[in-house]
Amino acid sequence: MARKTTPAKTAVVTIAAWTIGFLIFFPILWIIILSFKTEGDAIKSPLQVLTSGWTLHSYAEVQTRSNYALHFWNSVILSLGSTVLALVIAIPAAWAMAFVPGKRTKDLLMWMLSTKMMPAVGVLVPMYLLFRDFGLLDSRIGLVVVLTLINLPIVIWMLYTYFKEIPGEILEAARMDGAGLKSEILYVLTPMAVPGIASTLLLNIILAWNEAFWTLQLTTKNAAPLTQFIASYSSPEGLFYAKLSAASTMAIAPILILGWFSQKQLVRGLTFGAVK
Amino acid sequence: MATEQSRTAARLMVSPAVILLFLWMIVPLGMTIYFSFLRYNLLMPGMESWAGFDNYYYFLAQPAFTSALINTLLLVGGVLLITVVGGIALALLLDQPFKGQGVVRVMVIAPFFVMPTVSALVWKNMFMNPVNGIFAHIAKAIGVQPFDFLSHAPLASIILIVAWSWLPFATLILLTALQSLDREQMEAAEMDGANWINRFVYLVLPHLTRSITVVVLIQTIFLLSVFAEILVTTNGGPGTASTNLPYLVYAQSLLNFDVGGGSAGGIIAVILANIVAFFLMRMIGKNLET
Amino acid sequence: MGQISLSSVTKTFGDVTVIPPLDLQINDGEFVVFVGPSGCGKSTLLRLIAGLEDISSGQIMIDGKDATDAAPAERRLAMVFQSYALYPHMSVRKNIAFPLKMAKIPQAEQDKKVENAARILNLTNYLDRRPGQLSGGQRQRVAIGRAIVREPAAFLFDEPLSNLDASLRVTMRQEISELHQSLKTTMIYVTHDQVEAMTMADKIVVLNAGNIEQVGSPLELYHHPRNLFVAGFIGSPKMNFVTGAEAARHGCATLGVRPEHLEVTADGPWQGVIGLAEHLGSDTFLKVQVEGVGDLTVRVAGEQGLHHGQTIRLTPPADKLYRFDKGGLAIGGAA
Ligand SMILES: Nc1ncnc2c1ncn2[C@@H]1O[C@H](COP(=O)(O)OP(=O)(O)O)[C@@H](O)[C@H]1O
Ligand SMILES: [Mg+2]
Repeated sequence: MARKTTPAKTAVVTIAAWTIGFLIFFPILWIIILSFKTEGDAIKSPLQVLTSGWTLHSYAEVQTRSNYALHFWNSVILSLGSTVLALVIAIPAAWAMAFVPGKRTKDLLMWMLSTKMMPAVGVLVPMYLLFRDFGLLDSRIGLVVVLTLINLPIVIWMLYTYFKEIPGEILEAARMDGAGLKSEILYVLTPMAVPGIASTLLLNIILAWNEAFWTLQLTTKNAAPLTQFIASYSSPEGLFYAKLSAASTMAIAPILILGWFSQKQLVRGLTFGAVK
Repeated sequence: MATEQSRTAARLMVSPAVILLFLWMIVPLGMTIYFSFLRYNLLMPGMESWAGFDNYYYFLAQPAFTSALINTLLLVGGVLLITVVGGIALALLLDQPFKGQGVVRVMVIAPFFVMPTVSALVWKNMFMNPVNGIFAHIAKAIGVQPFDFLSHAPLASIILIVAWSWLPFATLILLTALQSLDREQMEAAEMDGANWINRFVYLVLPHLTRSITVVVLIQTIFLLSVFAEILVTTNGGPGTASTNLPYLVYAQSLLNFDVGGGSAGGIIAVILANIVAFFLMRMIGKNLET
Repeated sequence: MGQISLSSVTKTFGDVTVIPPLDLQINDGEFVVFVGPSGCGKSTLLRLIAGLEDISSGQIMIDGKDATDAAPAERRLAMVFQSYALYPHMSVRKNIAFPLKMAKIPQAEQDKKVENAARILNLTNYLDRRPGQLSGGQRQRVAIGRAIVREPAAFLFDEPLSNLDASLRVTMRQEISELHQSLKTTMIYVTHDQVEAMTMADKIVVLNAGNIEQVGSPLELYHHPRNLFVAGFIGSPKMNFVTGAEAARHGCATLGVRPEHLEVTADGPWQGVIGLAEHLGSDTFLKVQVEGVGDLTVRVAGEQGLHHGQTIRLTPPADKLYRFDKGGLAIGGAA
């Protein structure tokens, strides 16, 4: 586009954008900085913090004191497990709705999405009691099931919007070529939908990784993912800035990195296919 | 592509999802409804008895309910206002050509990837803490009394924290929409003598309507059940100053062990969410179908 | 092998009837073209034969066996789609081999058949490319390759050339005809372009709003159109239709004259002014406003220096006039 942009205007835009971007990012940057400080330095005024020495002490401390590895592993299992499970259930459903639409397909989709409208507290008590009675409290398996169910509508919706874009003729060609339903989905649909499935997968992993209602209510120790692990730092005796920062950095780093690398796929995922 | 065979297959393939979601909706919700009519306390197992509408009455009559309801609406409304207005402004800014767009974009998106417990704790301790927080340090540097955000403006503080987490989402969607705006249309308007305010009001804003709708819908779903941020910052306090509906239900059922009362609260939360959902869906229906 | 017969086949979508009861017999080895304007139900009919849609009533027989309820894969038919419908994530080789893989043919035999098809279709050098890296004509050939390796009972083509540019269309048209001559397999070919129909078909089926207007060889349709619709559809430029007093003089409601049959003469009975002259070099097309007759298109061979505004006289060919009654049916064929 041949727009007239004066150097002055460009300079103002550049400065404004960088300043605002920096301010928004600052809290994250700050905990990364604090995580490399000693506890004593971490509570000093910002300028003093920046000029003080650097150390890896807090990271070592976090691991020895609170078993970061276990919680990290729990987060991985919960987010991956629930995402894969949701995909396995959602891919056939989205296939059916996208390629064999009936009169009520739209209503069905709306209904699925509306289950997402049910606030979690509405079912907190029975879920808690069910988990208690079945011995699922603080177990990974129970939580995987819950996380699968709460994200299932979104996964189906996203896949549906992606599948809608695949021309039906290609699937018909496969059918003419003698592919059964299984081959059609396995060899033709799925590979073509890989970008869509990937961004669904990414978004769902992020949502599950950061889910902080059920993970806080239904876990305490053994199955606790990083959300719960960090929450334990809210108690007053846990108030050590450097250690809290190190723990936080480790809790958000995997997703932050994953998110940054997959920005492009995420943008479409985030908009749930509604904005192109 | 619709033969009887493929229709049968389709029915088989949606059914697992439908059945699971149906069970997920109906079983726990049915239990919540049932519990809400019982006098049921976890500390006194085996003492359940029929309570009629007592639980609803007590839940609604407590002063905490009204304030929780208001807090919930303020929280949702406040965050939506900040993120939509801020998101539009930020999207307009980032849509301009400037050096380092990619880097700035990455910085702006980052908060979305931060889990609620981390963002809440970071803001609470590193920023809002009246002794060691950065805001306190700045206040001292310019010679003002540090402000204890979470004690004196707990709800506003939580709104700020939650808005920080959601601003990237709004910005990203609005920016994507903005980039699909037809440049020639803008140039035509410019030729027609429309200044930038006119162009914004008559071209940009209508173009963004659909994405604003998406932002409002999706954020509302998540904002109605904000929980972790409150749990780790204020525990709903001081008093009930920052208690929203989810937190109130949680406190009643799992802190006070009053299953009956908590369940009644849960049902009320569901009803309220449905009222909101009804209006949202109508709005979406209008904006998304076309 | 490759005999298809439809009896009383109908198709309705909801309350809309797209195909009213229809009977059709397609013989083994025939090249049959379904031709008709857009939206007349050609694709629907082809998809009913393919089994991609259920028929609402009637019966489809393939090689003497009832195939009415058979799944697409069981009918031994191969289809080439308008959009080619190539699998974008597979190489050309994998695309062509896909039906063989589905039929669990041993790998060695698959390779042989794919190589063979690639040789016939000049695709040997492109076997390891993806469809996205090919030109339109090459994609078209891949789609055909995927169809021929299966050695189907019949090929179904749905407007396969409509996405190609004009010169490529001519080349591919000839290639498909040659393919038919060497394979001798039944082909059913759908198009809205009457030139394709005329040049390729053994038998043309003219469709209009789901109805068969006429079935016959290209020249039969050209010389003996059964009604106004077929007369207007077959032949290019379109046949001129004259109504009113001039038609009545010939004892019909509508008189048809093909542009190529009109002659420019010094003393013809029809006199008119040239409104537009299109000079193609080989031919000249004239739009002539004839008094008492109406606007006529005239095709003159070569270049005769005729131009806009000139007054000329035309002679209608006495032996090549088409006459139609009030209902649009031809009267006694071409006179
Ligand atoms: N799945 C469908 N549902 C409803 N109507 C359809 C469907 N498929 C085709 N039609 C209708 O049937 C008619 C014939 O379509 P089609 O066979 O595609 O025409 P053609 O290929 O001759 O252009 C059209 O009017 C079209 O709108
Ligand atoms: Mg068609």
